Amino acid sequence: MSEEAVLNTNPITPPAQSLYTPFNVVAGIILIVGFIVTILRFTGGLGAVTNLNDNYPWGIWIGFDLLAGVALAAGGFVTSAAVYIFGMKRYHSAVRPAILTGFLGYALVVIALHYDVGRPWRLPYPFIAQQGTTSILFEVAACVALYLTVLFIEFSPAAMEWLGLRRARNIVIKLTMVLTIFGVILSTLHQSSLGAMFLIAPSKLHPLWYSSHLPVYFFISSIIAGLSMVIFESSLSHRYFAHKMDQTHLDEKEGVAFGFAKAAALVLFGYFAIKVVGIAMDNNWHYLTTGYGAWFLVEMLGFVALPCFLYAVGAREKNLNLIKWTSALAVLGIVLNRLNICVIAFNYHLPSDEKYVPHWMEIAISLFVVTLGVVAFRFIVTRMPILYAHPDYQEEH
Amino acid sequence: MEFYTLQEFLTYTKGIAYLLIVAILVSVTGFWLFLTDRDED
Repeated sequence: MSEEAVLNTNPITPPAQSLYTPFNVVAGIILIVGFIVTILRFTGGLGAVTNLNDNYPWGIWIGFDLLAGVALAAGGFVTSAAVYIFGMKRYHSAVRPAILTGFLGYALVVIALHYDVGRPWRLPYPFIAQQGTTSILFEVAACVALYLTVLFIEFSPAAMEWLGLRRARNIVIKLTMVLTIFGVILSTLHQSSLGAMFLIAPSKLHPLWYSSHLPVYFFISSIIAGLSMVIFESSLSHRYFAHKMDQTHLDEKEGVAFGFAKAAALVLFGYFAIKVVGIAMDNNWHYLTTGYGAWFLVEMLGFVALPCFLYAVGAREKNLNLIKWTSALAVLGIVLNRLNICVIAFNYHLPSDEKYVPHWMEIAISLFVVTLGVVAFRFIVTRMPILYAHPDYQEEH
Repeated sequence: MEFYTLQEFLTYTKGIAYLLIVAILVSVTGFWLFLTDRDED
């Protein structure tokens, strides 16, 4: 089928259809509210729209938008490493959607960071106006900036195919292996560094979550997040954009889900194991009988051990539906873990009336950022060859 | 469990950790078999 046929016969929004679809209305309301809160934040400062204070300088904009956002955008490096470095070509159709999700995820992380940091014109300051190159925050800034650039270049062939820029596209395609290796290195560095940032707060973070191995936990859990997000995104794409997919994509759908579920089950098993060893090494067993211990067990049993078992059963029984739901559970688990570390188990010694609860406008901005991502994803997937091979380049895939 | 020296603490925690690692190595083998025994290839 030619690209024109794909685009013309199966538009995502047929011309006759009203613009007032439930999705458009809900997204529109969130974007309008987010835009208003954006003005309030950048004119009135953090105090005007957040409940942040000296005890909690980082709230959900860091815990959810940044920490969870970066982890969930790990699908790009996980998938491209599997296909291009480990040679698992049977997952090739998952690469472009994963790269796109990663690229949008990182772009939104940078946007969300502006809300927390303020003064957007100072974004390049880590590179030109400071002396703290030994700071972990500098390492995170450098890696995120470089990896966002790498993801943009990795994503660009799809845009170039759409725009008809064959020569430029062919040059970038030749860089695929280098970009993949660069992406894996940068991801290893900054995914772990995000965990390393909390090493500075051993007295603030609850001992069940604090560990000198936090960087390792963050990196391993980002692989789980990446694998789960690819399955989750793929199941949503097959539901809403199936008409945009070519036969290869449709044929490889189940294989991608089963393969990634099996990998996620193994990594979850390993993650659970190193977390238990971590408790033993720090002799934190006695905390498990406290209130925070119960919450820790909810995270470990409900969002690590359970998805591990369900992924394994799903891969074994070839149960696609179970795998889809498990991916949502695992994604929620990663979000919960990052929120536990950054917000819930942070300052655990403070009395409950001094604990941080996000302002509704903070939640509105987080929703705004996620909605921006969904709208951008829909815009790109309905126009560019993400879920199908462009007919002019089919022989090159 | 009361500890009076670092030596006691490390002996105890490392001892538990090593036992756990042996248990994990055995259980990961079982988990791998559970995960793959229905594979066709």
